[in-house]
Amino acid sequence: MDSDGTHERTLTLEAFADTVVPGEKRFPGDVAIAGASAGGGAVAAGALTLLEWDSAGLDKALDDYVRDLNAHARQYAAEHRLSLDPTLPPFTALPFERRTELVTLVTAPGHPEKELWVLLALFCYMAYDSAAHMHTADAIAAGHPGLTSMGITPPDPDGLWRYPKNSYGRPLARLHPDTTASGSLR
Amino acid sequence: MTSVERTDVLVVGSGFGGAIAAYHLAAGGADVVILERGPWLAEEEFEHDYKLGSSYTRIFDFTVGDGMNILGGNCVGGGSVVYFAAMPRAPRFIFERHGDIGRRMWPASIDRDALEPWYDRVAEALPVSTQGWEDVSYPGGLWAAACNHSGRTANPVPVAIDNDRCVQCNWMMAGCRFGAKRSLLTNYLPAAIAHGAEVRPLHEVQRISRTDDGGYRVHYDIMDGEDYRLRGDSGTIDAKIVILAAGAGATPVILQRSEPVLGPMPHAVGRYFSGNGERLVTAVMNEERVRDVLGLDRGDGTVYEAFHIGKGPCVANWDRLDGSLPEFSRYSLEQLYFPPGLGTILAQVPGGMGPVPGPSWFGLSKKEMLKRWKSWLIIFEMIEDANEGVFGPPPPSGNAVRISQQMLGRGTLRYDPKPSTLRAWAQADADAKEILERDGLAHAEAWSNDVVGAYTVHPLASCRIGDDPATSALDDRHELRGHPGIFVTDGSAVPGALTVNPAMTIAALAERAIPGIVAAARERGVEVQYGAPAPDGGTSGRLGVMNIVGRR
Ligand SMILES: Cc1cc2nc3c(=O)[nH]c(=O)nc-3n(C[C@H](O)[C@H](O)[C@H](O)COP(=O)(O)OP(=O)(O)OC[C@H]3O[C@@H](n4cnc5c(N)ncnc54)[C@H](O)[C@@H]3O)c2cc1C
Repeated sequence: MDSDGTHERTLTLEAFADTVVPGEKRFPGDVAIAGASAGGGAVAAGALTLLEWDSAGLDKALDDYVRDLNAHARQYAAEHRLSLDPTLPPFTALPFERRTELVTLVTAPGHPEKELWVLLALFCYMAYDSAAHMHTADAIAAGHPGLTSMGITPPDPDGLWRYPKNSYGRPLARLHPDTTASGSLR
Repeated sequence: MTSVERTDVLVVGSGFGGAIAAYHLAAGGADVVILERGPWLAEEEFEHDYKLGSSYTRIFDFTVGDGMNILGGNCVGGGSVVYFAAMPRAPRFIFERHGDIGRRMWPASIDRDALEPWYDRVAEALPVSTQGWEDVSYPGGLWAAACNHSGRTANPVPVAIDNDRCVQCNWMMAGCRFGAKRSLLTNYLPAAIAHGAEVRPLHEVQRISRTDDGGYRVHYDIMDGEDYRLRGDSGTIDAKIVILAAGAGATPVILQRSEPVLGPMPHAVGRYFSGNGERLVTAVMNEERVRDVLGLDRGDGTVYEAFHIGKGPCVANWDRLDGSLPEFSRYSLEQLYFPPGLGTILAQVPGGMGPVPGPSWFGLSKKEMLKRWKSWLIIFEMIEDANEGVFGPPPPSGNAVRISQQMLGRGTLRYDPKPSTLRAWAQADADAKEILERDGLAHAEAWSNDVVGAYTVHPLASCRIGDDPATSALDDRHELRGHPGIFVTDGSAVPGALTVNPAMTIAALAERAIPGIVAAARERGVEVQYGAPAPDGGTSGRLGVMNIVGRR
């Protein structure tokens, strides 16, 4: 294994983020990203930047996360008689389906560490679905993979969203018979 | 030694409960100070931006509990600044509920008829107005059409929104930039300030103690304006009357922390918490079927693809709000927008959306579902839950241990839904799914409680009013049992789930509590009168309640 702890940490966290929202490999031989899905996933969306930002509040816990995730991966591999590439951090060495299964296990109801893993997943998710580490307009302009894939439209030039056309504009159902003038039920 | 600061009335929190109380007492002549934990933002500071540190996170509080998470406001104006401004009145049967205490939960003095004049006062003050179908955005229209297609009714929901100014930007949760939302920053709070009330933002109240003269001393910390994990100086203010309105997730915690010095709290403080039976169903609409079955189109070839357009809840199905049905089987199904970043993670990939073995809240199939985000429609269930929430021992400060600079914290609330609640959710899930999936309109799935537990933006009942001292913390005048001069006027006073959005009822109850608080203040030597008009000077609501007050 690479003796550089930073490298191990990055590979492990990237592999976790890529399990939460999978994406395509950035270059041939990209081991962190499993390449299970076309287009960028959480990693390309900036998950590492968000996780390492002190405002998010997980930065000081990341080393513990990496250690524990790899411990789980080692144990999982042993239980399933999988041999892991010794040059990679154990979680990163797992194939995508196995990573997914392991994340499912540690986030399942009743798992003692569930809350911690859901929290880590939440921030990976937020990097993808809201780019919480960037101004939204900048993220859209830069082609952020999550916001782009979800179809979030750019704002008006002043940075604000408005939708002048917004209603089908006609009655679409009968009102409840007990509706009063206040708009509430009798 | 520093001199002791004093006021007549100290209000904790500036949401519905706090702002309404502050206005009436200040207008009546009392000295009023409001301590608010969050910052005070002006209209131009409300940003359209998901970045941590923008108004979207500065004015919010998200407290993770065990089985229940609470999302609320954290700013001057409280939940009214972040809310969706749907303001329906609670249905008549709500006031007759027994919950699981085997007797009527609400005080005998309150039913829908008794509350009606107070609802009218709030409707005049904010003001609350009805919506026409032209005010209903595409998602609301789609929900109405789907309800109609399955033989149901559907109602545009009354709102505290100036429909003419609303641009349907769907950024209401970050604060309204267009002056369309009638938050408390546009009515009660400026009126309170005009009458001399003083608002102090970034003051987080920690506990209350007693003074020698029978009053109370309120202890606060000054919060950092940007990183709420940091706090500065502490201070105290003495008051003759304390009004707690920190919200149902925070008010009981302040009382719990005060217990060692104030003396025993009523049993119900920090118990009987309700999430208003809230839960979301996410549907991915089949655009073609929506066109063919419901005949909808936006006039430019697009059928729907408009999840992002609009303004929160526009249309509700109220067919199950029928008092003749048994308790725990009555609920409303309301269309809702929930933005990315907060709740997207909880949306479940519906079964039947293609080959989807594997997890349904993350991973491959969830990423595919996110690609269809514009075709999502979210339905908000509000069922009758069984008040299962209980707060554990208070954290060192505030109501949570903060994790992120803003927003995210870990609180002590435990919520373990009982079978009655689970059955009610299952029934509402099935009903919503049936409407949405009829004739192939959509694939729909309810949020799972398995990921983070339930999630509420409508915390209620952690310090509730009632006639029975064993199951209520407050008497029907909202005075804390055993602690005269302390009143609670926020959502924690509401006895239980309402099956509709609660702010209208929280506000009406606060209005109703004011004459009693004025009387208590007068008994304590404060020269204060009851009878202010609406914040904008309107008086028809006042005339409606003056009769009742006079008769007391
Ligand atoms: C996203 C969202 C959408 C919503 N939409 C709707 C809707 O459409 N219709 C509806 O009826 N309801 C809606 N609600 C719910 C509604 O906002 C609340 O029910 C309502 O605001 C509760 O009023 P309250 O007075 O109990 O407390 P709040 O309005 O929450 O006010 C409590 C205040 O106390 C402050 N505080 C907390 N602790 C302390 C402390 N220790 N010291 C000092 N201050 C403190 C808080 O910062 C807050 O400002 C929504 C809520 C959210 C979050």
